[in-house]
Formats: sequence, C-alpha cells, structure tokens
Amino acid sequence: MGETAGATPRVLYCRCAYAQVVPGDVKDAVLDGLARSSVAFEMVPDLCEMAARRDGQLADIARAVDPARPLHIVACWPRAVRGLFHLADARLPDAGVEILNMRAETAADLLARVGLDVGSGTGATPPEAPA
Amino acid sequence: MIAATVPPPRVVLYEGAGSAPLDPDVRTRLLAALLDRGYAVTRAVPGGARREEASAAAFVVLGRFGGAVPDVHDAAGRTVHVHDIGMSTVDEAVALVEEARAGRPMNRPDAGAATWKPWFPVIDTARCTNCMQCLSFCLFDVYGVAPADHTLRVENPANCKVNCPACSRVCPEVAIMFPKYHAGPIDGAPVSEADVHREKMKVDISALLGGDILAKLRERSAEAKSRFSKERSADAALAERRRCLTKLADAAAIPREVLDALPTPEEIERRTAEAARKAAAARDAREHATGRAVQS
Ligand code: SF4
Ligand code: SF4
Repeated sequence: MGETAGATPRVLYCRCAYAQVVPGDVKDAVLDGLARSSVAFEMVPDLCEMAARRDGQLADIARAVDPARPLHIVACWPRAVRGLFHLADARLPDAGVEILNMRAETAADLLARVGLDVGSGTGATPPEAPA
Repeated sequence: MIAATVPPPRVVLYEGAGSAPLDPDVRTRLLAALLDRGYAVTRAVPGGARREEASAAAFVVLGRFGGAVPDVHDAAGRTVHVHDIGMSTVDEAVALVEEARAGRPMNRPDAGAATWKPWFPVIDTARCTNCMQCLSFCLFDVYGVAPADHTLRVENPANCKVNCPACSRVCPEVAIMFPKYHAGPIDGAPVSEADVHREKMKVDISALLGGDILAKLRERSAEAKSRFSKERSADAALAERRRCLTKLADAAAIPREVLDALPTPEEIERRTAEAARKAAAARDAREHATGRAVQS
C-alpha cells in the first residue's frame, strides 16, 4: 500500500449498507465526522454491491488515483477492498491509496488519519473528493 | 437480483459557489438517508477537486441555491436534475432523488425481502495460484476464467448462495474472501501461518462432494424414491437429504437453506463434471500460455 503521509488526502467512504459487519457506531461516527467537516468527499452505499454490478464508478475512482494526492478509502479490510476493485475490473494501484478499516479501528483514529480532528468541525487541510 | 437493475443516479451535494452550506445535522441525516437507500453521494465544496465521471448515467444535484437554481448541462449529454433543497426536509430531499430514478428498478438496502445481499467470493490475487479448485467445486457457475490471461475470475457474483462460504474452504492458499463474513481470515483479515496450515489440513471438500457424499446421495435417492412416492412426503425427502449432507455441511459451514436448494444428485454430478472440465481447460490454457511466454 502506498505511503501517503504529508500530502492532501481525498476520501471515499463506504457505508456497508447491506450488512452489519462494520460496527454501526463506528460507521455512523465516521460519517458524522466527515459530514461536519468542511471537506469534499465521496460516499458509496456498499462497495461490495457496486463490485458485484461492476459499477463503472469503481473504475473511474481507480483511474483517478494520484500518488501526489492520496486517496483514503474508509471501508473494511484492505485485502477485501482491493479484491473488490479487482473484481470490478478496476485495479487499485499500490501507490496513492490508503485503506482504512472500520472493522478494526475507532472512529476517532480513522478521522484523524484522514486529517480531521474529532469535535473540531473542520478539516485543517481540506481533503478533496476523489478527483 | 442485480442483473435486472440499472445504476441509480449519482447524487451531488453541491456546496460550492452559488450554494450555501447545509446545516451540519441536516447534512449528516441526508447523507445517511441517501446511502441507506442505495444512492452514492459526492460532496462538492469550494476548492474540491473533480474527477472524470465516465460511468454515471444521470446526476441529481442538490444545493441551497436561494431560489436561483442554476442551469447545469453535462458535456456528454447525460441527464442532470438540479434541485434547490434550501426549504426542504431530509425526507423531501430524498424524495427528489427517488423521483429522478423514475421507478427504474435498483437493488437497495431498504427493500426487505427484495434486497439482494451482496454475498460472493472475492479473490486475493496476491495469494491465488490459479489452481482452479474453487472453479471445480462451485456448482453454481460463480467462477469463470478471464479470457485474456486464463486466470480465475469471479464471473457471476449474483449466482452465489447468500451466507454460504463453502468455496473459501477448498482454497489451499486461503485466497478466497467473503467481505461480509463475520470472522477472519474469510472476511479479508490478514492471513496467519496458522490459517494456512489449518486450510491445508482441511477435508478435501471437492472430493467429499464428488465422492462418497454424492454416491450416498444417489444410492439413497434411488432407494427412497419408491418409499417417498408411497409416503408422498416432501418433508421426509428433505430430511433424508439433510441427513446425507450433514458431513458436508459441518465440514464447510454450509447453511441449511443452501443444502435444501441443491439440485438432484444427477444434476449435481452433471454440474460437477462440467465445472471440472472448465477448470481443466483453464489450467491447460494457462500452462500453454506460460510455456509460450517462456519460449519467447
Ligand atoms: S467493502 Fe467492506 S465495508 Fe464496504 S460494503 Fe464491502 S464489506 Fe462492507
Ligand atoms: S482455489 Fe484458491 S488458489 Fe485455487 S484458483 Fe481458487 S482462489 Fe485461486
């Protein structure tokens, strides 16, 4: 996975809406943290469901990855997320992508890793939606 | 079923020039409501980067335009609905998006029994050796072969039996994940040495299914046919099949509903042979391709 520290991040959030495998309080708190910030982001209902449909949005996102402006995907296990993009014919490059895991990390840690302080209501360096 | 659905319109929450920001509480509730109904949302703010949207079929732009709704056109000629939600409740804003869908069917998380839960195998290509054991094992045509390089491909994800992780147990490399499974490494958690060891020790379920289980099923099915036809009991037939498949169910954590939905033993045999033929052809094609690459 590409090292992304220091550059302006972009954010893709997965809601995991078709199952309860991501703790509800974590995904709600991450969504709330992003929504209360001043940053741009992209949110999808369920990367699994989109991969099954081979939704072209995944290919659009993968194509736009730029190591200079890292993409933070807030979803679940990185192996699974990479596999889903591959299944959708949208291979994520190694560099420029950081996958953050709502199954294993706290909302506060996840938000901090995309550059948002919980409770501050703003992003210090506004990240951008996947470009 | 996902095959009959069209991609839902892409929602853009526009908070850039000419549109005032939403109240944060409203924004949170609106985002959650749209996502939980199956809509993807992009939030656009001043200075936010844009990316190519080659795949979207239509857009719904929501903003607080103060009554001055901008005239927006897509260069590719796709439909763009623009709505001022300055005076709307969250439910009203959601209704505008639903309206833009114009009744076209879509899979959605809130449709109760009509919802298709996205459950299917996902391959860790860094681990997969393309041995094709999973392809030989699956009776439902979930797996196929990529024509370009003859590697394993999850061809028909929607054919997979929801909540059945059986094929992950046949993979010697622990390369098959079900992201919506409840535990690792099947859910995609990192694979430990112990996991690899455990998988290699597992019963060969392919052999089980193709071997004694199938033979027993066939034998008992023939034996039972006259008895059941006399008893006219579908329940008894089901119970018999269940008894017969218990070993397989326990070995591979296959849900009861999946076993109950299995085809007849003859059909299982036919499909097993077909899957094995496909796997063998894929292995041959790969060997051939690899051999050619080495020669050149
Ligand atoms: S990628 Fe992970 S978080 Fe997203 S829908 Fe699939 S299982 Fe859920
Ligand atoms: S059984 Fe495992 S290693 Fe073999 S082709 Fe399937 S996923 Fe790949």
